[in-house]
Amino acid sequence: MANGRRSVAQMKPGEVAIISELEDDILSVKLMEMGCLPGATIRFNFSAPLGDPVCISVSGYELSLRLEEASTISILN
Amino acid sequence: MQEKHLKIALVGNPNSGKSSLFNILTGLNQKTGNFPGVTVEKRTGFSKMPDQTTAQFIDLPGIYSLYPRSLDEQIVSEILLHHKSPDCPDVVVVIVDATNLKRSLLLVTQIIDLGLPTVLAMNMMDLVAKAGISFNLIALSEKLGIPVVPINARTGMGVDQLKKVLSQEVSPSKKEIFHVFDEAKRGVEELRHALEIDNDYEAYQFLQQPTSLSFLKAQELTFIDQVKEKHKFFPGKFHGAETVQRYGFIQNLLDEVTLEPANENRTSQSTRFDKILTHRIWGYAIFFGVLFLIFQSIFAWATVPMDFIDGLFASLSNYLNDVLPEGPLTSMLAQGVVPGLGGIAIFIPQIAILFAFISILEESGYMARVVFLMDKIMRKFGLNGKSVVPLISGVACAIPAIMATRTIDNWKERTITILVTPLMSCSARLPVFTILIALIVPDKMVWHFFNLQGLALMGLYLLGFAAALISAIIIKFLIRVNERSYLIMELPTYRWPKWSNVGYTIVDKTKAFVFEAGKIILAIAIVLWVLASYGPGDHMERAEEYVLQKSENLRLTEQGLEDRVAAYKLEHSYAGMLGKSIEPVIRPLGYDWKIGIALVTSFAAREVFVGTMATIYSIGSEEDQTTIKSRMRAEINPDTGGPRYTPAVGFSLLVFYTFAMQCMSTIAVVYRETKGWKWPMIQLIYMTVLAYVSAFIVFQSFS
Repeated sequence: MANGRRSVAQMKPGEVAIISELEDDILSVKLMEMGCLPGATIRFNFSAPLGDPVCISVSGYELSLRLEEASTISILN
Repeated sequence: MQEKHLKIALVGNPNSGKSSLFNILTGLNQKTGNFPGVTVEKRTGFSKMPDQTTAQFIDLPGIYSLYPRSLDEQIVSEILLHHKSPDCPDVVVVIVDATNLKRSLLLVTQIIDLGLPTVLAMNMMDLVAKAGISFNLIALSEKLGIPVVPINARTGMGVDQLKKVLSQEVSPSKKEIFHVFDEAKRGVEELRHALEIDNDYEAYQFLQQPTSLSFLKAQELTFIDQVKEKHKFFPGKFHGAETVQRYGFIQNLLDEVTLEPANENRTSQSTRFDKILTHRIWGYAIFFGVLFLIFQSIFAWATVPMDFIDGLFASLSNYLNDVLPEGPLTSMLAQGVVPGLGGIAIFIPQIAILFAFISILEESGYMARVVFLMDKIMRKFGLNGKSVVPLISGVACAIPAIMATRTIDNWKERTITILVTPLMSCSARLPVFTILIALIVPDKMVWHFFNLQGLALMGLYLLGFAAALISAIIIKFLIRVNERSYLIMELPTYRWPKWSNVGYTIVDKTKAFVFEAGKIILAIAIVLWVLASYGPGDHMERAEEYVLQKSENLRLTEQGLEDRVAAYKLEHSYAGMLGKSIEPVIRPLGYDWKIGIALVTSFAAREVFVGTMATIYSIGSEEDQTTIKSRMRAEINPDTGGPRYTPAVGFSLLVFYTFAMQCMSTIAVVYRETKGWKWPMIQLIYMTVLAYVSAFIVFQSFS
């Protein structure tokens, strides 16, 4: 990878990854409460017809996020 | 003297089945009120317990954590953290979706740490079994230190057991799940002693989020700030670390109590539905199909009960007029109170049908997908995916619609939604639209399929919708607040709606409308009656003489005379004078003083237009659409010698009624929801200006 960092916003449908870090301080507390914790497995399900928001599976349920929020969730490659 | 009931609060994530449990526990023994000082709905109900005592249940809004994100959620933290309040529950039942235990346990552990007696109700145990999951509930109960009861809130399985547990003494858990960080300990201790708080985590919460707890007094807030300063308490950092610590505990707990993990069936079935329902073509096609069905039912199916209610109140009014002795009191009852009550009751069918649909869509999990589909589009207009529900509701009535904006957590997006929702054409505009369209649009078919009048009506609804969106964009640029907007929303798995829940929602929302809007509509009806039945001078008492003098050479029937007297009275009443005095203002829109009177009377509630028209054109006694229509058609404009209701005047009136804020109940609700007069006044002014300017343009360009 060129810049070494990938986020959930760049994932493709069906792709599975591990969350490495939450970049945004304010959003991170909300995301963590919803089960998006560093180390958790995340699956990108699909995005809305207009590309935004997106639907992911995390902690055993489905969560929708805007791309803006998804891009604050870094994943391990 | 009332005996003291055990107070039990139901807390849980959205979609955890909390409302189903509440409905099963309390049945029809429930009522909706408001929490003191705030507008969040409070549902309470009573249930007989196995030991023959009665317990009071409180259904709290769904939350994911004690840290609130929206107004709805804030109330839960306040109730659970205010241990000194008489409203503080004796026992908290946390209901969780057992198929989704990991995330649900976050809230459970927070509530356990508050030190209130807590019971864990594990819902959806049938789905757990189907998914092949198996838990050791005894171990779970031991590790958490609280009773755990498996239930199925859809069938009622396990509810008796839950009641049995609740009627025994429940004590708080002795476990402390979250350990307050060393850096925060001194502050917590100082606060506990100073404010006499009975629990570490409660004091920690006071330090974390004092501003979302409205029960804290000003001096307490200052003291909390001092403590924070002194001990260097960093709420944001601690909040994140707390969540990580809790999830660490939860992961260990789940490893120990899960005997058999899930096979991935259930969610994948949901994903298959989502392939179609959020598809780029089918997704929108289905959504518009659903919308069409809703509108169809509101406009076509609701007319049957509406006509019935209309007739019922009309005959009641006539009956009272006949049997009661003549006098101002009878007149007030028959012409003020009864039509006022009828004016409320007539909207019940549409509101009930609309909320039946909304409740079905929410219960099934589809509404979250609508938000998902519409979010990007709505954001362009300064709104939020969640604004879709209020905007759809606005087609029936703006009052429940504005109350539905509470789920929008972003202040700016919520305010914009509140401001533009009344532009959606509500059911009160429909009678006005119908009569005016019938008057000016020919009843013809175009392309053998579309009725011209129907097209005109649809055009008006689209006009209202377009105006709502355009206003939203403009307001978006005018409100200069940059609060971050986000959408972190669960997409619940699809399931069949539970019909009894739908029923309770309908009853609940209809009741809210009747009492919220009802008292205002009724009060206005009485005020209008006074304005329309009293006037200066002797015109009112001697109306009959004056009319007889003027119409000596006309051979009037008794009924005809009575109608003319009524029209004369209205013309010389205070309402009539108001109508005449605004004539110079409304003349550029093409209106005369008679229309002016109708504008005055419908200022408070627009549906009054038709009734006023009937009275003013002396056809009060037979108030049906065709008569009013033909009378209005025959009305001559003395300036031109042609008909008064030219297409220009008609369209100008239609546009005026589409945009004007003629609804006192909406103003009252906006006042309550925004906690002040600023927004309702802004809304009233911008909508009136919009209505006036548009009507002016329409009239001037058509004539």
